Amino acid sequence: MKSGVKKLIVSKEGILFCIFLFVFFLMSLLSPGRFLSWYNLQSMAYQLPEFGILALSMMIVIVTGGINLSLTYTATLSMIVGGMVMANISAAGGNGILAVLAGIVIMIGMASLCGVFNGFVVAYIGVTPMLATLGAMTLFEGISLNITKGGAISGFPFEFLMIGSGTVLGIPIPMILFILIIVGTWLFLERSKMGMSIYMIGCNPKVALYSGVRVKRIIFQTYLIASVLAAIAGVLMASRYNSAKESYGSSYLLQAVAASVLGGTNISGGEGKIAGTVIAVMILQVISSGLNIFGLNRYLTNVVMGGILIVVLTINFLTEKRSK
Amino acid sequence: MGRTLVEIEKISKIFPGVKALQNVGFNINTGEIHALIGENGAGKSTLIKILSGVYQPEAGGKITMNGKVLEELTPLESLRNGIVVIYQDFSLFPNLSVMENIALGHSVEKNDTLVSWKAMEAIAADALDQLGLILDFHVPLGELSVAKQQLVAIARALANNAKLLILDEPTSSLSKGEVKKLFEIMLSLKKRGIALLFISHKLDELFAVSDRFTVLRDGQYIGTYSEDELDDDQLISLMVGRKIEYTIYPKNKKEEPLLEIQNFSKKGNFQDINFTLHKGEILGLTGLVGAGRTEVAQAIFGLNPVDEGTMLLDGAPLVINTPDEAVKAGIAYVPENRLQEGLVLRKSIEDNISLSVLDSISANNGLVDLTLKRSLTEKWMDQLGIRPNNPQMLASKLSGGNQQRVVISKWLATEPRVLIVDEPTNGIDIGAKSEIHQLLRELAASGLGILVISSELPEILAIADRVAVMRHGRIITQMFCEGLNQEDIMSKAL
Repeated sequence: MKSGVKKLIVSKEGILFCIFLFVFFLMSLLSPGRFLSWYNLQSMAYQLPEFGILALSMMIVIVTGGINLSLTYTATLSMIVGGMVMANISAAGGNGILAVLAGIVIMIGMASLCGVFNGFVVAYIGVTPMLATLGAMTLFEGISLNITKGGAISGFPFEFLMIGSGTVLGIPIPMILFILIIVGTWLFLERSKMGMSIYMIGCNPKVALYSGVRVKRIIFQTYLIASVLAAIAGVLMASRYNSAKESYGSSYLLQAVAASVLGGTNISGGEGKIAGTVIAVMILQVISSGLNIFGLNRYLTNVVMGGILIVVLTINFLTEKRSK
Repeated sequence: MGRTLVEIEKISKIFPGVKALQNVGFNINTGEIHALIGENGAGKSTLIKILSGVYQPEAGGKITMNGKVLEELTPLESLRNGIVVIYQDFSLFPNLSVMENIALGHSVEKNDTLVSWKAMEAIAADALDQLGLILDFHVPLGELSVAKQQLVAIARALANNAKLLILDEPTSSLSKGEVKKLFEIMLSLKKRGIALLFISHKLDELFAVSDRFTVLRDGQYIGTYSEDELDDDQLISLMVGRKIEYTIYPKNKKEEPLLEIQNFSKKGNFQDINFTLHKGEILGLTGLVGAGRTEVAQAIFGLNPVDEGTMLLDGAPLVINTPDEAVKAGIAYVPENRLQEGLVLRKSIEDNISLSVLDSISANNGLVDLTLKRSLTEKWMDQLGIRPNNPQMLASKLSGGNQQRVVISKWLATEPRVLIVDEPTNGIDIGAKSEIHQLLRELAASGLGILVISSELPEILAIADRVAVMRHGRIITQMFCEGLNQEDIMSKAL
């Protein structure tokens, strides 16, 4: 048992968790009154899930050896389309709960279409994921802007707002959703046969193909699943902002990549743990909230985040090189 | 004969699990055409890559050129010293003009920042002049015939001031007339004092131009002989050698057809392939590299669908378009390139073995039964004696023989009827080779039909019941292995 504990601490995730504790205590020491305030903890608990879900969505695609640059625009396009339906039903005096259900179903349906598009182009046509999803990003953004004409969709029923701001037994609903999604993606990626195929495809798609794995189909399905996760993050964002707009969450795009990589996911695919990504998300959230509290301006926060990412990437690269 | 240009001393190269070269040493003189020969996997390519700075040799090896020791050779350094390799694909730029292709290396070598078109033109004109060639400078290279592209590659080598020109299978895609022209150019280069290292499988061509022959076998230096010391037969026996004596297994005549291949054709790959694999039989498929052996195997496995032809399994027609269909039908394929096609090197033994059977070790909800995964892995590791006995060991850390056992385990786990193994003992140490042979024989005895593709004739003779020999995409002959010797097969394959 003792060796098990030791293994846990020296594992990548263990080290990450220690970094998290360190950052958390550092922020608490530097600004005890405000960082540890109920208000700040609460606000982190509401922000963390949407970022975390996007990061997990990004991560499963990265493990296949791909990337999804259209991630946040998938989320906003689906929240705009679903949000319009929801707002219209609500404005016509329809039942609030029904409107919310219809809205969410449409959001997930719209995101699925986005996922089918990306998955088809990447897996079956064979376009490089970065280019395919870069194109899709502009496409989804363009469609969104055409719908909203640059404005925001609003007028959601009150029930919808509960998703982003309500609590169950004192726990914010977004947090509960996030925890369910963590467990779900863990089962999917680290325990299911499809997840195991995804890791092998990410390492070497040729070997997977030569072993009878249906590589194209699995890559296609992964993009689809990732898009549905994006839609869920979209629901949380739309609910929290009480509106839908194409630019919501766009800063999360590269942060999601950053969190995956910081969490130990190999950017070229094949390796990565859900736990690592989740802890990395917590670290990034604590740093950004902490810096915000110190009154550091937003641009300097970007400098700090970018710096952290480059340092981590360099360390990963050097340790990998040395182990070879 | 010229003076010594390059001295190669004690060059060794070890890849994970295999010694590609062991203490190879010989000299190359100025103004000679020096043939480098050996079977597939003898170490020729590795040696070329060391000379051209792509690979670093193990410590202790030394390459001296004009009395100067070349240390820590990089591709650029190698080029600066006048070592130029012309690979089979020429490594040219098809979208650039003839002139640019010839002169670019020159400006890279000189570290020019800006391109001087005038200077480029002069360089290209000079190089083509030396070869006595007349070509339009400004045509994109891709529009020329393969033979002309090759000459451009040689012109580029001259522009780079080549002292040692290495030609890797230069005649493989040339017509007879083009080969003659190439040989004239080779002889003229030789007269001007350039050393040529010539790699080819075609014995008549080797004898037509070469002054000396260096033979490699299994990464070892066999000897260097002058042209008048040898004839074809002697060269063949030096190449195939009197290697380690494999255990020769008794040959069986099996009657019950398992897999029947009828009229398989694929344009540019192979034509009219017909053979029958019987239950409990090992059928060898041999021929030179490029004869179409792997293409046939991949066609059966669904990686290279045929244009025409039918396949019967147990007498019933079978259509296979993708590998997963092949796996379901009970066909397994151990690819030639273990490191790139057979194993996920970054993952464990356990992950690799279970990859082909994820469906059968998962519950209905899609979750993998980890206990079953482990017990399945342990069963096969135990049966095939995979060492070290640690299911979580990364595949990259295993020896070549154990890696191959992992790949075979992965396929045995699918309980196949037909096992296709492409170069099963390529890059595996000798002791482990015999063990793989024994394993294949035991599997055949249990009723599997096994198709063994191998360039190594002693291997075919040791384990196969019958052998089919391919040349230029066709099966030239099928023979019962009893009483055959290597020369019988080699003479058909060449």
